[in-house]
Amino acid sequence: MSLSLDDVRRIAKLARIAVSDAEVAATQTQLNRIFGLIEEMRAVDTSGIEPMAHAQDVALRLRADAATAVDRREAFQAVAPLVENGLYLVPRVLE
Amino acid sequence: MKWEVVIGLEVHTQLTTQSKIFSPASTAFGAAPNTQTAVVDIALPGALPVMNRAAVDKAIQFGLAIGAKVNRRSVFARKNYFYPDLPKGYQISQFELPVVEGGAITINVDGVDKVINLTRAHLEEDAGKSVHEDFHGHSGIDLNRAGTPLLEIVSEPEMRSAAEAVAYAKALYSLVTWIGICDGNMQEGSFRCDVNVSVRPFGQAEFGTRREIKNLNSFKFIEQAVHAEVRYQIELIEDGGKVQQATVLFNPDTGETRSMRSKEDAHDYRYFPDPDLPPLVIGEDWIERVRSELPELPAAMQARFVSQYGIPAYDASTLTSSKALAGFFEATVAAGADAKLASNWIMGDVSATLNREEKGIEASPVSAVALASLIKRVMDNTINNKTAKDVLKKMWESGATDPSVADAIIERDGLKQESDTGAIEAIVDAVLAANPKAIEEYRSGKEKALNALVGQVMKGSGGKANPAMALELLKKKVG
Repeated sequence: MSLSLDDVRRIAKLARIAVSDAEVAATQTQLNRIFGLIEEMRAVDTSGIEPMAHAQDVALRLRADAATAVDRREAFQAVAPLVENGLYLVPRVLE
Repeated sequence: MKWEVVIGLEVHTQLTTQSKIFSPASTAFGAAPNTQTAVVDIALPGALPVMNRAAVDKAIQFGLAIGAKVNRRSVFARKNYFYPDLPKGYQISQFELPVVEGGAITINVDGVDKVINLTRAHLEEDAGKSVHEDFHGHSGIDLNRAGTPLLEIVSEPEMRSAAEAVAYAKALYSLVTWIGICDGNMQEGSFRCDVNVSVRPFGQAEFGTRREIKNLNSFKFIEQAVHAEVRYQIELIEDGGKVQQATVLFNPDTGETRSMRSKEDAHDYRYFPDPDLPPLVIGEDWIERVRSELPELPAAMQARFVSQYGIPAYDASTLTSSKALAGFFEATVAAGADAKLASNWIMGDVSATLNREEKGIEASPVSAVALASLIKRVMDNTINNKTAKDVLKKMWESGATDPSVADAIIERDGLKQESDTGAIEAIVDAVLAANPKAIEEYRSGKEKALNALVGQVMKGSGGKANPAMALELLKKKVG
């Protein structure tokens, strides 16, 4: 599998990464090399092997349902760039 | 051309836990902004999520209640997207291996049962809230809701009308509130529906292209939005257009759906297993404990009401629409009321008054035992049905939790039904004397002519005459 320059531009847009026209060709080469590596790995016979979900063979730790956290808004918001009425302010989002 | 509508639902139910799914911050609604956030919820670097056992417990309860497969091993994944109310830049959800798979819910539309299969239900965290009022060109972010546990319940695309979609949403709502995993507060966003809608020519096997209506938080909106969307899609196709896959919003003010983003700009969520969370492992013993603690479910209770109390299926279905209502009915019968009468009163005057006052059955000022004591007075002919309605109104106004209240009101206001033949006879005579025409009609074969006279006898007795006795006396005297 190999990607066209248009594929690269589209993937960049979906991933919200700004890739300039000057960088597109280099990115295409790099991505295609990665696909080559993936092809190599896919060639390995993995039938009968259960996929791993985690690098360590452990089960998820669970905690009791208790609301023990104290309100630390003041400390948290002391390092926020902009706050008002207890809200964090961010550049306006429109939908 | 005849069109067939195809609908599937994704419902986000907020789970009734005290604390968040991955942090010990409170999930209580309505606190001052950002006062219920822990380091995990605001995504401070290095903060690690620790799973809330109660959220898993509730997911298992749901899985068992719909007869689904509860996966002994399920995996949490990161769903990556950018939005300021999602501070981590990803939502922790489940993708390839959800906690619950399969299962089914039975809905009823116009008296016909239909089984709707479910695809899956998975655990995930809620996002925060954006406040779009103008903060000098900025939006405000409140992260109190961020990390609230959600169970996202996904149905197969098996509904074929707006009515079926609403019936499914209601059945699901009734179930999750029944087993107590969700508080059902739709205004506060505890139960939010995304509705996938497509149309296809009748008889065509392939699905049409679907559009997803986001975030509907009332049953009425589901119905209106589906109608609007179906109309839009059919008109578009009949005008030679093609439906483009898209996410849309429903505007209740205009009654229209509006495209939010098309498939072209759709996010690629880049799901991958979350390295912070090893697989969730659920043992047999845990599932068995949850199974043993599940309450009797609505469908089972409905069947039991029909067999145990001999009430019609319609009554049983209405009475089991909520656990509280079903409990009220059973308590009324247990206190000695006839089951069918109890059902009539609860579905009739009691529900009507509660609806008018916008109250739930839990807030009924007349208790089940008090209602039973009133019904018993109808059963033993102390008062007639019409008087009983007035007594109930008085009990409602004064509040009645004690079984003696009905008797006290009947006594105080002298409402006892007049079953003394002599007293009624005098009234009957007077009524007959004043209505020679009705007598003639009756004698010429018009049976109903006397019914109007019963009303006059009732009026003459101040509502206290026994109507059956009045009719009998009328017939005897005329015939």
